[in-house]
Order: sequence, then C-alpha cells, then structure tokens
Amino acid sequence: MTYFFQFLFIALLASMSYLIAMRFKGILATIRLSQPIQLSDQPIERWKRVFLLAFGQKKMFQKPFVGLMHFLIYIGFILINAEILEIILDGILGTHRLFAPFLGSLYPLLLNFFELLAAGVFLACLVFFARRGIFKVQRLQSENHSELKGFPIRDAYTILIVECVLMAALWTMNATDAVLQSRGVEHFQAVGSFIISENLIPFLDSYSTDALFLIERIAWWFHIAGILGFALYVTYSKHLHIFFAFPAAYYSSLKSSAYIPSLDSVTHEVKLMLGQPASGEAAPTNLRFGAKDVMDLNWKNLLDAYSCTECGRCTDQCPANQTGRSLSPRKIMMDTRDRLEEVSVILSKNKGQFVDDGQSLLDKISGEELRACTTCQACVEACPMELSPLNIILELRRYQIMEMSDAPAAWNSMFSNIETNQAPWKFNPSDRMNWTKS
Amino acid sequence: MVLNIRTMADYLAKGEMPEYLFWVGCAGSFDDRQKKVTRAFCEILQKAEISYAVLGTEESCTGDPARRTGNEFLFQMQAMTNIEVLNMYQVKKIVTACPHCFNTLKNEYPSLGGTYEVIHHTELLAQLLKEGKIEISEEREEIAFHDSCYLGRGNGIYEAPREIISQLQKDLKELKSCRTKGLCCGAGGAQVFKEPEPGAVDIQVKRTEEIIESGVKKVAIACPFCMVMIQDGLNKTGHDKDIQVVDLAELVQKAMK
Ligand code: HEM
Ligand code: SF4
Ligand code: SF4
Repeated sequence: MTYFFQFLFIALLASMSYLIAMRFKGILATIRLSQPIQLSDQPIERWKRVFLLAFGQKKMFQKPFVGLMHFLIYIGFILINAEILEIILDGILGTHRLFAPFLGSLYPLLLNFFELLAAGVFLACLVFFARRGIFKVQRLQSENHSELKGFPIRDAYTILIVECVLMAALWTMNATDAVLQSRGVEHFQAVGSFIISENLIPFLDSYSTDALFLIERIAWWFHIAGILGFALYVTYSKHLHIFFAFPAAYYSSLKSSAYIPSLDSVTHEVKLMLGQPASGEAAPTNLRFGAKDVMDLNWKNLLDAYSCTECGRCTDQCPANQTGRSLSPRKIMMDTRDRLEEVSVILSKNKGQFVDDGQSLLDKISGEELRACTTCQACVEACPMELSPLNIILELRRYQIMEMSDAPAAWNSMFSNIETNQAPWKFNPSDRMNWTKS
Repeated sequence: MVLNIRTMADYLAKGEMPEYLFWVGCAGSFDDRQKKVTRAFCEILQKAEISYAVLGTEESCTGDPARRTGNEFLFQMQAMTNIEVLNMYQVKKIVTACPHCFNTLKNEYPSLGGTYEVIHHTELLAQLLKEGKIEISEEREEIAFHDSCYLGRGNGIYEAPREIISQLQKDLKELKSCRTKGLCCGAGGAQVFKEPEPGAVDIQVKRTEEIIESGVKKVAIACPFCMVMIQDGLNKTGHDKDIQVVDLAELVQKAMK
C-alpha cells in the first residue's frame, strides 16, 4: 500500500512539474520573440535593486501597513516552502518527518516558527480580503476600473482564499499528527505539538485513531497537491510576480525615468538624410517603427507585463486617470499580458512559430488612451517593482505617429512648425532673439 | 538693468569661450510670459558676473515635444542638427530654464553624439545663493512650489528649488501632492500642443485646486509649460487675481539688491 502512495506521489509531482515547466517554457518563448535591449551593465547596482526592491520590499513599505501585511505573506511563502523539501522527500520515500531525527531539538523549534509564519500569512490574507471586499480600497474595485472585471478580480480573491485554506491544511496536519503521537501510534515520532495547531487538538481528540490517520493523510495530500496546483495556477495569474519580481528588479532601468532610448533604425535613416556617416548603427533589422504588437516591444517590456501585480498604484497616481480620461497604466500592462497569452497559444499550436492571427496589441489599446499620457512618469515612480507602463505607451505612440500617421491636426501643425520654424509655434526663426529687447 | 547679452558667435569672433551656454528654449524665446523669466535669469547671471552666451538664431527646438508624441524622426533631425551646432562651438556646460530642454540635452543627446554638462537654472541659482554670489533683501511671505515632472521624478531635482525658497527667507508651503508624488500640470507628453483627450476635468484645474486649497497667494514654478498650465488653471477657476504664478528666477531677481 505504501508503494502505491509513493507511486501516486511521484506521478503527481512529475506531472505537475512537467506542466509548470511547459508553462514557463511558453512564457519564455513569447519573451524571446521580442526586440533586444542592453540591460546587463552595472551588475552591482542591479543586485542592489534586487535586494532593495524585491527582497527588501523597499517601495512596498511606502504604504507601511500594506507593506507589512505583504511582507508577512512573502516571508511566510519563502520560508514555509523550505518545509516543502521535507514533504516531497517524505512523499517519494514513503517516510514521515524525514528531517526530525537529523535536526533533533531544532526540529520542533523550526516547526513552531513555520506555524507562526503560517499565522502571519493567514492574517495578512484576511486583511487583504477585507481591504478589497469590505473597505473597498478604490484602486482595487472593478466598478471604478473596468480592466479588473472578470478574471482579474476572481483571480485576486481565489489566491487569497487558497492561501488561507493551505495554511489551515498545514495546521490540521500538525494537530492530528500530535494526537497520533500522544497515542503512540507507530510511524508518528514524538516531535511534540506546535504553537498554533495545539489549539486544534481538543477538536480532534475525540476521533478514533483510524479517522485521525485519514484526516492527517488528507490534510497532507491536500497541502502538497494544493501547493503544486498553486504553482501552476500562479503562472496564469498576476501572482506570477512571486517569481518575476526578482528578475524584473534586476533588469529595471538604471536611467532616468524621463529618458527615452533612441530608435537605431531611425538614427540610421536620419544620418543618411543629413549626409553623415551612418556606420555605427546597423541597418534596421526590424522594419517597423515603434510597436504595433508585443513582439515589437523589448523583452523588458514583456517581462514587466508578466510581473505586474495589477495593484493599480500606477493608475492611482496617473494624472490622466485621476481626471477621468480613459488611460490607465495598469490596463496597459494587463492588455500587454493578455496579448502575450494569446501569442503563447499561437506559438504552441504552430510548433513555436508565430502565425499572424490578424490581431495585435493595438486592438486592445485605443489611440485615445495613448494620446492622453503626459509622460509624467508617476506610474513608474509608483510601481513597487519599477515596472514601466510608460515605455510601452511610448513605443505604441511611435507606431501610431510614424506608421499610422494618426496624429491630431494640432500635433501635425506642431511638427511642421518645428520643421520650418525651428519652434513648435509659428514664429519667425529670425525673431528668436527678440526677447532681449524687452 | 541694461542687459548685455552675447551670442556664442560673438564670443567665437573674439576668440573667447564663455563658461556657460544658456539654452533659452522655444518658450523662453517666444512666449511673452516666459520671456520675462528669461530676462530675469539673464539679469541674475549678469549681476553674479557669470560668463555665459546664448545661441540666438542658431538655437532650434530640442525636439522634445516631437519625441514624446512618438515622432522619432523629427526628434532625431532636430537633435542631430543641434548637436552639430553645439559641438562646433565646443560647448562644455549648458544651463537652461526649461526642464524639458534640460532632460533632452542631459539624458537624450549623449547617445546621439552630444555630451555636455547640463544643469537646470534652479541648480545654478541655489548654488549662487549658497555661495553668497547674489545679495538679497528678504521679504517674508508664504509660497507654494509646484514640482515639475521632468525636474523631480525625471531627474531627481527636488532640493534645489526648495533651497532657493529657503535662502530667500520665504516660508515654503508644501502642496498636497509634492516631490515624488507631485501632480503633473498636464502639459507634458506634448499635451500642451493639442486639446486634452475627453475627461471629467482638465489636469491643470485639478492641480490648481490643490494650490487654492493650500491657501497661498503665490506659487513658484520652474518650468515654462507649468507656467502656462497653472496660469490657465487659475484663470479657469477664477483665481487669477488672488494667486500669482512666478518662476523661481523671477523670485530671485526680485529679491536681488
Ligand atoms: C515570493 C513571495 C511573494 C508572495 C507569496 C507574494 C504574495 C502576494 C499576494 C498574495 C498578493 C495579493 C494581495 C491582494 O491581492 O490583495 C501580493 C500582492 C503584491 N505583491 Fe507580492 N508576493 C511575493 C513577492 C513579491 C515581491 C518580491 C514583490 C516586489 C516588490 C511583490 C509585490 C507585490 C505588490 C506590488 C502587490 C500588490 C499589492 C497591493 O495590491 O497593494 N510581491 N503578493
Ligand atoms: S506617464 Fe502617462 S501613464 Fe504614466 S502616470 Fe503619467 S500620464 Fe499616466
Ligand atoms: S505596473 Fe506596477 S504599480 Fe502598476 S499595477 Fe502593475 S505592479 Fe502595480
């Protein structure tokens, strides 16, 4: 019988690992379609970013209470998952609490610590739940923000509930274990009872040993299957940030948020037009100016879209959104991600080749949204991971202006003023020094 | 004060080199309100005996508004032409009163072959005040400061404008959204060159409401486009008579003995 469960466990672990690996492979394949950008300079500066923004949660603590609550979830997740190693080995080897004999008196100490962490996670999830559902924090409400309607809002609640249930499974497992130990059931080593789960013991004590044995096993299987299922689910959800926050921080731009990189293909043409030697810049490889679809963006833009937590801090700070315009930087990130998911399906259906489906990112984002951006960078500043909705907006604008010639008349006359009068207004360039004569 | 303004060409003709190139910018050259700021800044430079020159008719739009709309062609045409002129004069240091020119010259010209030391006029003014190069007569008053996106968030310049205000012995009243959270005036991204997209309220009106709420009689800015927008916000809310918008250079010039 034990062999059966060992096989079952190995089969579960292997199949889930395979599915998760395939998902990551699919995600990386879409990122690989994108345009190059150099972001590996100054490694020391970049590691600092990882430690401050991701590990240190520096910008999360700008809202101290939310920062603390998230920190509880985050630290709980990372540390409790250390226990997963034991669970997995137990599952494969058919053992129980494999590490207990090796860790001796440290083992109960560690498990007590994990139980406390689990309580932190549980509490924080309840707070996050209340913040969405009871206190109705404005940026998290789909009534005010249409991009959250449907899956995104369900996703947010699902995760919070699942986390709570997983923590409850952990405690149930330990509590039944403690009762079985006290009854001296073979296989259950005396590791003691633990700080949170011991409170559940009175509820379990009346059950028969067989029933408890069953409850313990169910909780154990639920816990591990839950965690594996969660890991797969996360790849479809905004919770992908639990992995991608780290690379996103590492590759975040070290330049000013107001800096726009030059388009080399344009440099090449402008130099030719001005009769300057155009040696440095390679002849354009991408024949599109700006971005129409996700593969015209650079890989950091795409990594950003996958990393976004849909928290809406960006949209909350956006002057265009605050004044009732249709632009929402969070929506820009979510649209980019949605399009990436579509592209990922196309790739897997066509052996890794992208086949034009007649759709593009610009079908999801309107010209009006793009034109409303003041390039104020409040979104970049607000983002706890320094993701940049602005960079995506600017690339789409380039396509809108240069490829679609879709500019309001006032912008077109501004362009021609710059061309002919060297100023955005229609003044005579020879009057440029007139200010000296008051 | 009689202004003695020389161009780079004037300097070159005498075989001399000024310390700074003052990049006036399009608004500083052509906008009637901003021209006063340009003159105020020149008065200060002259009084502090800073050697500087302007490009005059050889100056041309940096291309910033074109680039922010997405018109990279026009931007690069402007940038390369300007870089040719700047490099021809072997310009080393540039000072400008426009955060958009500042950002473009400082951050975006280097990759196209134009590398200069670029400072914003608030940085230079703060430094001159600190070094005692300008004598001032103090007049206490309460004043608000509106952070410009391209100065603050874009280039991390939050302190220089505040130092100027405190050096002038004025009492700074911080607005509800300030520093990293400063609310945009609504001009950037070439918005100022077109009608706003459909929305509930103009961005400049929302910003102006914070200024009105703060209760000040005067608000300092450090950007020609913030000047236009905040003034428009005050006009639209009917507060143009009781709240005054000034550039920090004007504030310094007025306090200058
Ligand atoms: C590795 C473990 C992590 C876990 C388990 C985790 C878990 C969570 C959970 C459950 C939420 C949902 C809150 C809600 O929906 O109300 C959340 C939100 C968020 N997380 Fe994480 N996270 C992790 C890492 C990170 C990192 C490294 C960052 C980087 C700064 C980060 C940034 C965020 C942000 C910005 C939100 C949105 C918060 C809000 O809505 O106000 N997370 N995270
Ligand atoms: S840069 Fe554009 S999208 Fe970002 S906050 Fe400012 S106006 Fe909104
Ligand atoms: S871009 Fe950043 S601030 Fe905006 S929703 Fe995503 S994680 Fe939040």
